[in-house]
Amino acid sequence: MRQFRETLYRWIFTVLAFASLLFLTGIVLTLFRESLPFLVSHEFFDTVFGLYWYPTYDPADFGMLSLITASFVVTLGAMVVCIPVGVGTALFLHELASASQRAVLKPLIEILAGIPSIIYGFFGMIIVAPFIQNLLGVPTGLNAFTASLILGIMATPTVASLAEDALSFVPRSFREASLALGANRWQTLTRVVMPAAGSGISTAIILGIGRAVGETMVVLMVAGGAAVIPGSIFDPVRPMTATIAAEMGETVMGSAHYSAIFTIGLILFFITLAINIVAEIISRRFRLKLGLGR
Amino acid sequence: MQVRNTGCFARIFSCLLFLLVLVPVVSCSDPEARNTLTIKGSTTVLPVVQIGAEVFMDRNPRADISVQGGGSGVGIASLIDRTTRIATSSREIKAEEIERAKAAGVHPYEIVVAMDGIAVTVNPSNPVDNLTTEQIRDIYTGKVSNWQELGGRDREIVVISRDTSSGTFEAFEKLALDGLRVRPDALVTASNQVVNTTVAQTPGAIGYLGYGYLSDRVKTVSVDGVGPSGETILSGRYPLARPLYLYTDGKPAGAAKRYIDFLTQKEGQRLVQEQGFIPVRQGGRLSGQWYEPPGKSWIFSCSKLWGIRPALRVLRSERGGGLKTAGPPFPEQRDRRTA
Repeated sequence: MRQFRETLYRWIFTVLAFASLLFLTGIVLTLFRESLPFLVSHEFFDTVFGLYWYPTYDPADFGMLSLITASFVVTLGAMVVCIPVGVGTALFLHELASASQRAVLKPLIEILAGIPSIIYGFFGMIIVAPFIQNLLGVPTGLNAFTASLILGIMATPTVASLAEDALSFVPRSFREASLALGANRWQTLTRVVMPAAGSGISTAIILGIGRAVGETMVVLMVAGGAAVIPGSIFDPVRPMTATIAAEMGETVMGSAHYSAIFTIGLILFFITLAINIVAEIISRRFRLKLGLGR
Repeated sequence: MQVRNTGCFARIFSCLLFLLVLVPVVSCSDPEARNTLTIKGSTTVLPVVQIGAEVFMDRNPRADISVQGGGSGVGIASLIDRTTRIATSSREIKAEEIERAKAAGVHPYEIVVAMDGIAVTVNPSNPVDNLTTEQIRDIYTGKVSNWQELGGRDREIVVISRDTSSGTFEAFEKLALDGLRVRPDALVTASNQVVNTTVAQTPGAIGYLGYGYLSDRVKTVSVDGVGPSGETILSGRYPLARPLYLYTDGKPAGAAKRYIDFLTQKEGQRLVQEQGFIPVRQGGRLSGQWYEPPGKSWIFSCSKLWGIRPALRVLRSERGGGLKTAGPPFPEQRDRRTA
């Protein structure tokens, strides 16, 4: 009886562990299978570099360049916001904050990370967009700039808490050695601690980017949704995720449009895959450098 | 011990398997007896038939209605190959679809269930209060980009559109744009509510939305001098309006008849209104007359008692001209476009 139970538990946990692998395989296969008709029937490069996204007209245009550009613009903008704020927060928490400040700040940052993205989107649409519109006198506040700003704020807690972890992984001995050699605090931070934690901080930034690239609700609500290559950061844009979310529910299953949406999903999947691989490589290098093994 | 246990498991497992196999067989055995009804077609009509089906099933626990989208064309195609009992459509059935239906031995029967009107809105601070359909077309295709050209202030026009797959967009594209493409840098929003919010917040904005979603935070402009209202939309004087149809094979009977009766009577029409459309029923029982215009086989018109005679009269006179694809439903529109 006990042996049977042992076997049963072993099987249950094995199945659970392999479930995520199963889901991953299923998702990849579905993405490929559903986008295949589109990849076969349209010239792929014409599609990716086509300028116009008019999927429901006859004849339809499936130019994805504006959508891909929009995702990149918005993500770049988000990085400009989240890198200084996130890394700065991490440095403050690690180097300057007193114990009581840390006790307040850390949980607050975690709360920020836990706010559902629709709340960010709502906040952006109702408060930030009109504010920016009036402040800068642009025709509409629903544009790439506002979307970048909100995405940046969203990605900040990810960057801040991972970068803080990276800083605290730097062995105490490094810092003590530096101080013992007569370096001051700033020198210790910039010449010793930062380089040691550098790849960990990079990983934090890359994972923050990953969060911004894949974010859907905020860009759907705040980016404006115009499928054009933006002439300035204050133009409305339509990132890939927003396109998928807005059009998937309404399209006819099995149509060229349906398949094109899956192709966008496939492109997005490869982008996030690349981001994760880069993050993994860097973090592995980081562990080796500090002698943390593997 | 171990053996007995696995045996027990095997027995439970086989029982479950048996149930899994049995349940679908039982439930599929006799659809008519369980009042099964499938409705398929236009995504515009979907919310109406969906909420109608929910309320109807609440009242009639034995009824089992499944509602699917797919688009008007898909709905009518399904009616023709008999995979749906009721097809919903945001446009009139086309002549070639009638041909195909006849060839397949299906007789489409038309019921107008609601009217769909598209209101054009601007920011309350905008002095413009009337636009012609041509001006609206120029704004949305990008020919005109400043309010000054339309008698307003010197301000860039912020064009707000809907997702190209939404029913409201589809209606607007057909009725106002003549199938032309919306300028690519138009803002695209996900719902009628967002159009309201964005227009209310943006001084230079113009947007369009279903008549039922109008709010007093935005200013509604009249189109060709006619403001949208229940009355102007029903009579066909307001240009951006169209009927929404249900099609059945022959006169509705059984579960389909009960459902359609429900939807076209007082309570169903209240649901129509709640979904943002204009109810077509203005008193009287669901009844009508059969007629057989040259283009169509059995088409049923409920228009007489519903006060939408002008719309259907035009359809009839157009059909009289022989087999044509269905044009825009109202005479004013057709005249203006050809002019």
